[in-house]
Amino acid sequence: MTSLWEAFAAAWALIAGFDATLAQIVGLSLQVSLSAVLIATCFGLPLGAAIAVERFAGRQALIVLLNALMGLPPVVVGLLVYLLLSRAGPLGSLGILFTPTAMVIAQTLLIVPIIAALSRQTLEDAWREYDEQLRSLGARRLNAAMTLIWDTRFSLLTILLAGFGRAAAEVGAVMIVGGNIDGVTRVMTTTIALETSKGDLPLALGLGIVLIGLVLLLNTAAALLRELAQRRYG
Amino acid sequence: MALIRGLFLGLALLGLAQAPAVAQQKFITVASTTSTEQSGLFKHMLPVFEKKTGIQVRVVAQGTGQALDMGRRGDADVVFVHDKVAEEKFVADGFGVQRFEVMYNDFVLVGPKADPAKIAGTKDIVAGYQKIAAAKAPFASRGDKSGTHAAELRLWRVAGIDPQTGKGGWYRETGSGMGPTLNTASSMNAYAFTDRGTWLSFKNRGDLVIVVEGDQQLFNQYGIMLVNPARHTHVKKEMGQTFVDWVVSAEGQKAIADYKIGADQLFFPNAKR
Repeated sequence: MTSLWEAFAAAWALIAGFDATLAQIVGLSLQVSLSAVLIATCFGLPLGAAIAVERFAGRQALIVLLNALMGLPPVVVGLLVYLLLSRAGPLGSLGILFTPTAMVIAQTLLIVPIIAALSRQTLEDAWREYDEQLRSLGARRLNAAMTLIWDTRFSLLTILLAGFGRAAAEVGAVMIVGGNIDGVTRVMTTTIALETSKGDLPLALGLGIVLIGLVLLLNTAAALLRELAQRRYG
Repeated sequence: MALIRGLFLGLALLGLAQAPAVAQQKFITVASTTSTEQSGLFKHMLPVFEKKTGIQVRVVAQGTGQALDMGRRGDADVVFVHDKVAEEKFVADGFGVQRFEVMYNDFVLVGPKADPAKIAGTKDIVAGYQKIAAAKAPFASRGDKSGTHAAELRLWRVAGIDPQTGKGGWYRETGSGMGPTLNTASSMNAYAFTDRGTWLSFKNRGDLVIVVEGDQQLFNQYGIMLVNPARHTHVKKEMGQTFVDWVVSAEGQKAIADYKIGADQLFFPNAKR
């Protein structure tokens, strides 16, 4: 029990003490994971929408595959990206291993399936509901998809938050491709892993509490935004 | 392939746009071990070097096996580890230029205060190992091919014991770094073989104390080497060599000797110049 209290005390000290190192680590965590969500959305959402409104051979298999890929272990994605970006690998000449960019790439790969699979489900459900209506208006599939995305935007926002949660919470991928370099690629989760290694469990858990607090803050902001928008547009 | 390459390049540019300050800085990447990083040595000595040369040193801390592999793949400019046999092979295979001895510390055997193998306060590590095996007392091993793991296994061989016979029973491989292994040992009151630096800076000791120390065979030598630029042309050989030279120079050696936790000096410089 004492170490739990110590953890809360450590979390409070971290927040109240606001040191520059922690701010930099938190900033990098947000920067990496938000970039990953943004990029993954650019790929995942169109992919999900396309599968939702199109009918083609192998569609069912693709859906099953996407759903399965939601369970990709971060450490496997990390290893894959590491081998690709390593100097001895096919993309080694880019020299971006152990940079935040490599971390963004790994997290993007990790959450594209989540965004694609979940948005596919959401859009397909909406498509079933509005199918007749959209058809009777003579909407093309592309237009239909756009309309569906706009109509389900609040549900889609939750999907993006799920993607962000996955990215911000994982440690396996960023540890391998980032290398947990002090001041360069050290993020919240790798710091927590490091402090756990050092046996400073209260500090590690304290950092964990700060991380959860951050995610909570972001979700609150999203919920408020949604509330406001719903009031305005009904 | 061109498409993928373009895509990654685009992402790379995005990354650069995010962090321009980081991208423009002169830096080298050093593959090193968890013992040097987690003991706090790098935090103490690297700022001295960075201030003098303006070269930022980016340390990726892993087990010695993984750190050498990073060097072999060309993902580091300098390797700074502690497994003499593996290091000499690394150089002999043409992956490293030349190995320099840097410093040493020592390994210690930690164990629970209750001391089921009755070895507390003894100096003979081999006899200690034999008593642990005889008593079938729990022993937490790294099991991760790190330098510390290699040293631990060497001593089992000297003791004439194959710890694999106790696997799953008293001999438990955690397959993780020094800190996590100590966390495991502390929670199941097991003996564990650790470098003194990590032990001194480790906070979650529980009931563990040092039981065996001071044996000649517990000597732990660190070596540093530049990754061979002939093998990997992108290796930053000037800056990397500058770092290697500094570490074995009088100034670098003093920075190592100056690092203390409380009254304890963690590493003892012994570069041959």
